[in-house]
Amino acid sequence: MDPLALTLIELGAVVFCLGLLARLAGRIGMSPIPLYLLGGLAFGAGGIIKLEGMHEFAHLSGEIGVILLLLMLGLEYTAAELFTGLRRSWQAGVLDLVLNFLPGAGLALLLGWGGVGAMVMGGVTYISSSGIAAKVITDLGRLGNRETPVVLSILVFEDLAMAVYLPILTATLAGVGFLGGLTAVGIALAVVTMVLMVALRHGHHVSKAVHSENSEVFLLNVLGAALLVAGAASAMQVSAAVGAFMLGIAISGSTAHNATRILEPLRDLFAAIFFVAFGLNTDPSSIPPVLGWALILAVATAATKVLTGIWAAKQAGIARPGRFRAGAALVARGEFSIVIAGLAVASGVVPHQLAALATAYVLLMAVMGPLAARYVEPLTAPFIRRPAPAPQL
Amino acid sequence: MNVDETNLPGLGRRKDFMTASGRRIGVVERREGQTELIVSTWDDPDTCQASIPLTSDEAATLGNLLGGTHLAMKLTEEHKDVPGIVTRQFSIASGSPFQNQPMGKACIRTRCGVSIVAIMREGEVLPSPGPDAVLHAGDLLVAVGTQEGLDSAAEILRHG
Repeated sequence: MDPLALTLIELGAVVFCLGLLARLAGRIGMSPIPLYLLGGLAFGAGGIIKLEGMHEFAHLSGEIGVILLLLMLGLEYTAAELFTGLRRSWQAGVLDLVLNFLPGAGLALLLGWGGVGAMVMGGVTYISSSGIAAKVITDLGRLGNRETPVVLSILVFEDLAMAVYLPILTATLAGVGFLGGLTAVGIALAVVTMVLMVALRHGHHVSKAVHSENSEVFLLNVLGAALLVAGAASAMQVSAAVGAFMLGIAISGSTAHNATRILEPLRDLFAAIFFVAFGLNTDPSSIPPVLGWALILAVATAATKVLTGIWAAKQAGIARPGRFRAGAALVARGEFSIVIAGLAVASGVVPHQLAALATAYVLLMAVMGPLAARYVEPLTAPFIRRPAPAPQL
Repeated sequence: MNVDETNLPGLGRRKDFMTASGRRIGVVERREGQTELIVSTWDDPDTCQASIPLTSDEAATLGNLLGGTHLAMKLTEEHKDVPGIVTRQFSIASGSPFQNQPMGKACIRTRCGVSIVAIMREGEVLPSPGPDAVLHAGDLLVAVGTQEGLDSAAEILRHG
């Protein structure tokens, strides 16, 4: 068959299947991410059907998917929100980092994947899925709950931490050594701080530069700017995704709101292809050997996230049931764990079991997270003494 | 009254306060523009028994109802030394004969000796409206007069 025809048919079939999977996910009320990953596993190397024609497209689209994921994450926050979040929740944020980075890093060392592997797996287990968490909070009607700001500010801290972590990871994966790594950390911190400062004072200029009343012009402006910034950041070894994240933060106000609306369909498409592309590169037969480790890691890091939430909510003066709700809302891992694992796998310096472990882990956590948030109240209720009913007046 | 304002990064803003009965009540303003009314449960003020999405019309109407009751209660309190004077609220239904008409057309003061002391509209109070104030569907009129006068004013507003 003509290679173009083959690519189009494969791509069409994959996107169509993703549509079916997303519908299924919506029907049973779960995040579509694990289903996308499973789809990728089924189509990839060693899967049920092998797709060869769309590899190149899937690879580039996946990269664009990561850039859009991070751009939209940045659009959700203003620089001022990030600063207040950082000031108010840094203690909880640091506890979160320590408690949840160590299990992943420890397991990687135990399995003999070395320092780089530990760095990657730590990141995978550290970062909660802000997408899943925000959706769960909204769906369960917990927006007005008192523990919700606590959860959100931890997520904000994680996203900022990722802006520093990703450049360091990129440098480590590129094998720059200790001094090079230190330089990368310095550059990353300087760039992040500088962009935040600029965004805080002059964010409206950035917004004005990309803004347009015409939605077509606006879409092209935002997308073009994001790819340019991502490319420039990548050339400076700062990680493309972080460049996009920073651009997202600098765009603010109604421009950010409109950009979110206009980019959402694009993000959904490219991010879905990104998850599939990640699954495509993972051999399904490599998953069963690491499944046991993934389960242990899932249970351990679910517990550490719950602990983080309990501690943070307690600091904020939330009563017991709310502390458990806060902890459970943080359990889900998803898109950003895959972004981190994807970077590592693409660099080729980590063993391929890492991709399998990360896939299995995210499959478990993306399913377990929303379930934990939904059922935490009935599960913990027997252990919590409720106050006696107030006398009816 | 102390209203707490809390930022919900990425999602919106919460404004709420604690009632004397120990319930937390307020609104969440979503970033996309929707408003949700939130009420906490009695045994755990951290959680919400209900969060009810409201359209802007519904929110305005609810604001009128609450504000109107408050105003009427205050007026009743002020008039309680004058026997026979009562405060009552009338709402202008859509389809009322005076919808989109100046209030003076109803001649309520002339016909029943009732004064319209305020119009509540979209959560705001228009005090001492003149005869040329135009009535809209959803408006809440706060009226002061005798029991009989108010009865006939209600009849006029409903049927013309």
